[in-house]
Amino acid sequence: MTALLVAVGGAAGAALRHLAGLRISSSFPWGILLANVAASFLLGLLAAGAAAGWLPGWFLTLGGAGFCGALSTYSTLAYDVLRLAESGERRAAAANLALTLAAGLAAAFAGAALGRSI
Amino acid sequence: MRIDAAVLGAVACGGALGALARHGLGALFPAAPGSFPWTTLAINTLGCLLIGALAGWLTASAPRRLAGPFLSTGVLGGFTTFSAFAVDVESLVRLGRSGTALAYLAATPALALAAVFAGTALIRGVRPAR
Repeated sequence: MTALLVAVGGAAGAALRHLAGLRISSSFPWGILLANVAASFLLGLLAAGAAAGWLPGWFLTLGGAGFCGALSTYSTLAYDVLRLAESGERRAAAANLALTLAAGLAAAFAGAALGRSI
Repeated sequence: MRIDAAVLGAVACGGALGALARHGLGALFPAAPGSFPWTTLAINTLGCLLIGALAGWLTASAPRRLAGPFLSTGVLGGFTTFSAFAVDVESLVRLGRSGTALAYLAATPALALAAVFAGTALIRGVRPAR
């Protein structure tokens, strides 16, 4: 049952990340940045909700380990940073990494704070 | 925006497999609350090494249409995770493990970039670009 929840959530998260990348097509990977920040906020919220007891554990498996885990990505982030740097866009490469880290961490803290206050 | 259903399906299948592999490793090697998240760090580093190697292979070998979406966007995108990284940092800080949080925060992007670079270089060394 756990495996099914992870697989279904993972399929949905990866598909949505793919669509975000298509929808926002520019040389700067805004779609992946948005997917990583949104997933960090949502996982912070869900994990805090499960810890506080208002969210059932199975939903954290589906939405957290499955959906948020697959909606977010480290491999594409790192690959995009390298690709931008190698094509001479060092400023965009550094901005992509710095923006993702700053906004993603802020989103995780905000989501967790919201989840604890509910 | 034109959506290719076969590509989207390949991404979704890959994402399910990647997420299952990540969850399986997390169950095999669980991290205790407040301890350094070695498993997630290893997963993200391995995924970055593989995406670098895969990108080199895909550009060098005129692949099938669905190989990139399935393997890169799906499997490796679903295997690696930024959200667990960010939430792990948050929980380490909340548990008063600021030093561990800072080390993890610095180590993950550094290893991710080094791994994707190594993966790309590795495949370029094996198969010179045409």
